[in-house]
This record gives sequence, C-alpha cells and structure tokens, in this order.
Amino acid sequence: MSTLTQSSAPASAPIVKPTAQIRSWKIPITFGSFAVLSLILFVVLGRGQRGELSTFRLSEGRDLIQLPEVALPTFATGMFVAVVLVLMAAASAWLVYRHAKIPIVLTIPFALLFLVGFLAWAASGSTIPVPGLLIGTVTLSAPLIFGALGGVLSERAGVVNVAIEGQLLAGAFSSAVVASATGNSYLGLLAAMVAGALVSMVLAAFALKYLVDQVIVGVVLNVLVIGLTSFLYSQVLAPSANLNSPNVFARLNVPFLSEIPIIGPVLFRQTIIVYVMYVAIALVYFGLFRTKWGLRVRAVGEHPQAADTVGINVNRTRFIAVTLGGVIAGFGGAYFTLGAVGAFNKEMTSGMGFIALAAVIFGQWHPIKATLAALLFGFATNLQNVLGIIGSPVPSEFMLMLPYVVTIFAVAGFVGRSRAPAADGKPYIK
Amino acid sequence: MSATTTTAPAGRDSRKDGSERWTQTLRDITGGSAMISVLAVLFALVVGAILIAFTNERVQETAGYFFSRPTDLLRAVWDAVAGAYSALFQGSIYNFRATNFLTAIRPMTETLTFATPLIAAGLGVGLAFRVGMFNIGGRGQMLIAAGAAGWVAFAVELPAGIHLIVAILAGLLGGAIWGGIVGLLKARTGAHEVIVTIMLNFVALYLIQFLLRTPGALQAPGSNNPKTPAMAATAVFPDLFGPRYNLHAGFLTVVAATIFVWWLLSRSNLGFQFRAVGQNPSAARVAGINVKNVYLYAMAISGALVGLAGINQVLGTVTTGFGSGIDAGIGFDAITVALLGRSKPWGIFAAGILFGAFKAGGFAMQAAEGVPIDIVVVVQALIVLFIAAPPLVRAMFHLPTPGTSRKPTIRAVKTRQTNEVVAK
Repeated sequence: MSTLTQSSAPASAPIVKPTAQIRSWKIPITFGSFAVLSLILFVVLGRGQRGELSTFRLSEGRDLIQLPEVALPTFATGMFVAVVLVLMAAASAWLVYRHAKIPIVLTIPFALLFLVGFLAWAASGSTIPVPGLLIGTVTLSAPLIFGALGGVLSERAGVVNVAIEGQLLAGAFSSAVVASATGNSYLGLLAAMVAGALVSMVLAAFALKYLVDQVIVGVVLNVLVIGLTSFLYSQVLAPSANLNSPNVFARLNVPFLSEIPIIGPVLFRQTIIVYVMYVAIALVYFGLFRTKWGLRVRAVGEHPQAADTVGINVNRTRFIAVTLGGVIAGFGGAYFTLGAVGAFNKEMTSGMGFIALAAVIFGQWHPIKATLAALLFGFATNLQNVLGIIGSPVPSEFMLMLPYVVTIFAVAGFVGRSRAPAADGKPYIK
Repeated sequence: MSATTTTAPAGRDSRKDGSERWTQTLRDITGGSAMISVLAVLFALVVGAILIAFTNERVQETAGYFFSRPTDLLRAVWDAVAGAYSALFQGSIYNFRATNFLTAIRPMTETLTFATPLIAAGLGVGLAFRVGMFNIGGRGQMLIAAGAAGWVAFAVELPAGIHLIVAILAGLLGGAIWGGIVGLLKARTGAHEVIVTIMLNFVALYLIQFLLRTPGALQAPGSNNPKTPAMAATAVFPDLFGPRYNLHAGFLTVVAATIFVWWLLSRSNLGFQFRAVGQNPSAARVAGINVKNVYLYAMAISGALVGLAGINQVLGTVTTGFGSGIDAGIGFDAITVALLGRSKPWGIFAAGILFGAFKAGGFAMQAAEGVPIDIVVVVQALIVLFIAAPPLVRAMFHLPTPGTSRKPTIRAVKTRQTNEVVAK
C-alpha cells in the first residue's frame, strides 16, 4: 500500500527505492565444485608423481615458424592449478559476499586454467598436439555454428526453430545429390541452401499462416525430413552409387595468415565451408545488431504489436528471417557430405541439430555467444578424439560424457535463466 | 448455432452437463475435428503412395514408354501402391492370408506390442507438455529405467511376482530420478529443460555403455559383448494370450498408466496445479502454487512414465538381454505421439496404437514388398502436421469453417476461427 500513497504524493521528495540485496551463490558454488574436482583429480589422485612430463606440441611439422614444445611437470602443474582454482573460488565467494559482481576476467581464466590442468593431467607422460586439437574443434563445430546461427536468426524474429536438425539433414542430402549429379560441389552448396530454405519456409508457413504451435511444426519437420531422406536414400541413392559420391572440398591454405603460429593452422587451413562460416557469423551479427533490418527483426521478435504499429509488416519480416535462417542452417548441412564424409548416410546429422538448438539457448539467442557455445561442444567432441588416441586415464565413456556434464553445470551455474525473445513462439494476429 | 467460441479440451468436459457434452461431441464430428483427422490420415497416405510409386523401379521403367502404353504405367503404380499398403494393413491389423482366425489376428497383437512403449513414453512427454515443458530426454530416461529394471531383473533373486514388481519399481525410480534432475535444475537454477534433457540423453547413453562393458555391472558374465544377460523368468511380463503372441502384460501397465495420468490431470489437486502452471506460470505463482515444486514433480512423473517404456522394452519385448540401443528411438517417437494425441491421456493412447500399427505394418511391408520402413515415418509426420493445421486441411478439401474451433495444444493460441466467430 505504501507505494500507492507514495506515487500519489507530490514529487517533492525523491523516491528512494529499496534495493533488493540478493546474493546469488550459483557461481561460487560452481567454481567451488570445479576446484574440489581439480583437487581430487590433480592432487589426491594425481598422476605423474614420479616426475612424468606433460608435453604440449604447439606447431605442426610443416609450419614455417616452429614453436618449441612445452613440457610441464604433470604433478606440479596439477597442484599449482588446483591451488589457484581454490583461491579463485574463494575470491568469487568473497565478491558475492560483498555484493560485488563477479567479473568476466575471473570466469574465463578459471575455465582456461581448469582446462590446462585437465590436459596436463590427462597427458601425463605423453604429448598433446594443440593445433590438431583446435583444428578439429573448428571443423567439428562448423555444422553446429551454422545451425545455431540459423536458429538465432529465426528465434530473434519470434519463431521457435526446433527444425534445425531437419534443415541440416535436408542440406546434407540435397548437397550430396546435386554435387554428385552435376559434378560441381559449389552447386551442391547452393542446393543445400535451397533445401534448408524450403524446410524453414514450411516451418514459417505453418507457424505464421496456419498458426500451428511452432514446437509441433519443428519436431514434425525433423521427423518428416529424417523419414524422407532415409526413404529416398534406401530407394534411390543406395542402388545407384553415382548419385551419392560428391567431391569433398579440399583444405585451402590462406597465404601468410596460415603461417601464424597456432592461429594460422587452426583458422586458416580449413575448407571453404569454414571460411563461409566466418563470413556468416559476422554477417548475422552485423545484420541483427547494426542494420535497420536487424532492428526490425528483433522488434517483431520482442514486441510484434509495437512493430506493427510503426508500420513493420510482422509476418513478412518473420518469414524472411526464418527463411534466411534456413539458408544458413542448410548450408551447414553441406558440411556433413561435402566437408567431411563424402557421401550421404541415413540420419547422418545424428542429433547435431539438437545440440545446435542447445547452443542457441546456451548462447542466449546471441550470434556470437551461440557460436562460442557451439565451439565448446566442438572442442569437447574433439578432445575425447585426441585423448582417445594418446590413451586417456579414465574410461572413454566418461570422457565422452564430459562435455555434456560440463554443459549442464554451465547452464545451471553460469547462464541460469536465459531469456528468450519475448514473442518467441507466439504467432501474431492483428 | 450458439455463440460458443471455443471447444473445451476433453479434460475439462467434466464441467459440462451431459446434454451439452453430447451436442459438443456431435458438433465436433460434423464440424470437422474427426473429419479433419480422417482427411489428414488419408492425405498423408496419398503422399506416401506418390512417394512409393515414384521410387518404384517398375514404375520408372514403364514411365519410359508412357505414351505408347499408358496402361502399363498405371498398372505398375497400382501394383506398387496397393501391394505396399495391403502389406501394411495385413501386418498391422488383420492377415487375410492366414489359415485360421487366431493367426489372422496376430498382427493386431503385434500392433499393441509396438504401441505399448510408445504410449508410455508419449504419456510422459505429453504430461510435460501440459506443464509447459518440452521433454526431449526420453532416450536418457528410457535407458536409465531400462538399466535399473534390467539389473534388478537379472541380478537379484526374488520370488515370482514380487520380482517383477520390484524390477518395475526400480525402473520407474530410475526414470523419475533422471527426469527429476531436469525439474530440479529448472526449479532451482532456471536451467532450460531443453538443454538439460538433451545433455542427459548423452550422459545416460555413455553411462549405460560404460556399465554394459563393465563386468559385475550390466555386462553378461563371461561375455565380451556390451550386452546384459537374459532377464530372470520371474521378472518377465507374462504373455497375455499365450506364447503364440508377443503381446505381454506390459500392455496392462500402460493402460493403468493412461488411467493414472487421466486421473492425475483432471481429477487431482496436483494435476490442477500442473495445468495451471502450464497455462500461465506467473498467474499460478500469484495464485499460491509453488511453481518450482510443480516443475520438479512434473518432470519426475514424466521421467517415470517415459521410464515405463524402457521397462516394457527390457521386461516384455526384448527379454534376452539388451544393449545400449534398447530405446530404439522411442523417446523421440513419443514426442510425435504426444503431439498427435494433443497431450491428452486417451488421445495419446489412441495415437500410440495408431503409430504402433504403422510400426508393425511397416516391418511387414518392408519384408514383403521391399518398401523401406522409412515411408511410415514420413506418413506419420504428415498426419501430425495436417492434424495440427485444421485450416490447411479445410482449405485443401474446401470444407466449411465450423462454428467451433479446437484449441491448439500446449499453449493456448488465439485461433483465427475464434476471431471469425466473434466477428459473426
């Protein structure tokens, strides 16, 4: 009741709002559990107590500039990392106690340190090829990033896109068929974009014109595309092999840039699909946040009534954004056939579209953050590949599990309540 | 026609008196809902037929000389489509080629066997939908439940009867825990259930894979295969109609689960809270409902129901020991089942039986006619798509827009028809 009397009173005295003093212990708890984990893993169960070294190889053999290998004593590194992590966790708890914000300069070093400690622990007595680990990360993340960008674009306009999996799969299928039939892999890329756009146009038509629940359309479209591509694969592609043998893109080295130590091989010795990915990330970010069109897209996603009032055609803006999202996701589908495997297979996207969806939400519907989230998944997938080769100290299943567990921790601890665009999933009816 | 604007969903029909309910049902049938379902199924089958015809080799051959002998093409199309669909029918409902009645109805029991886990998992997904949550974690929940129930079934020795019940309870608990984690994280930290369920699918998969190759856990003793030993006979669902049919008593547990979910959602206090939170969490919180607890309970119950599907797989369908593929994609199929059933218990039951029929018939069709079972997936997806979009079906078949409209599931969306009726 007091607020009522205050607002009716003359505005002579400034109204002092009581500031809510809420302490969120989520980050200290997350930090603390990782610090305890590292204490147990690196110190109590520490490997390399007889003086083994963990070697990090920073250059590939063919690089112009050869960096020396870094050899760290396993146990000492683990001990050091664990102690620093405990101190950082304590610092975060102190900050929260003082109602201070935990700066990002604490979070990122924490994650990196834990990673270094973990790699040193896992590589006790052997060598980790750092460029190889990171090259694979970028390559494996490519379809996830494309899918996530498509999802971001669509959801920013207010249409929930669960159909990323379907868009990827449609792109993979049509790029393989067109590239094989024409012998031109670039036409395959074009076909992938068209196929992705078609899937998302169906999504947009059902969601915007027929007002079907968008989650339903998305799920059903996934099933439909899986069914269609599997059926056509068994009936058409499997009997005649010449429809399913596209040329795989070779890796292209960018002159000069590819010779920068570490970064060069990782970013600039990739296929054309990855180079297009860099452009796509920049374009989606720029388009959404720096152009009039992007402002409109975000407006129809947040408050369609307001956008309509100022003369924006809500459904047309949404339709275009969703279609563009499908173009991007479909292009990502070409990675599977033209970038990696070289042939289409039943359900070859194997749930990557759902991981891309997780990256969209994890990345809080922001193109750059979603890209980083997708990179995290790619890194984790590749990490277990690399550790599988050098021999991992824990059963491989737990290594495989790790990225997903880390994601759950991260989503529960750091990201917390991620807020979707306000009108996400709601059709607009005048 | 009275100016009733929306049809109440079946769950809320109880508020109406008998005569009103009867007119409503009549209106539903003539006004299009049932009609649309039938037309959606028909249209999906037609699209399926086109696909079958186009990819048939004989059809492609005869199309080469279509203008000289068009009847060849037509006969080839007819042979391909009729052959495939009659195999689908005979594999799922009634086998006309059988010598006696008992053999002829065997496909129908196969349908129910395939439907059993689909209904259970569909109920779980549908329950989560009603609370406004999207449970894509069916795979993980099924695997954990299967692992728990399976372990009790082969590693613990108990008298017959009790053994089965304990195994079921262990499985339900496993599924409830795996689903409950999601609800707990959503309630306490706001972690989005879509991310957590997807991640837990993978965690469960690798956990089960690890246990399957660890002697003393789930791996069969003296074997190197990642597979469990066979279930003890005391813990297996008994056959319902004797050893000639695959249908097992697990079907009864699914019927019970359907009744339970119906009772929970439309007759219980907790179910009322579930629906309130599903409609509008903010309003529910203001009304004094503990939304966080609702998320936890709903996901735990949803996980247990999906877990029942896993239990049915290991104790009923595949009793000779299982690997990490025991979920057989049912966790994802369940989403479509729940959508087709509009997240209502008996709707899901019917949808599960329809999809079970497609599955049973699909295998028969693949074996008899060489048409890949994937065509069934396409038809199923189209059915759900068309049923979800009544205006589209009406436009395609020039049906009149009825005076009433069904509310789309999950979230209450204003429909265009509502506006039109109001305008009248």
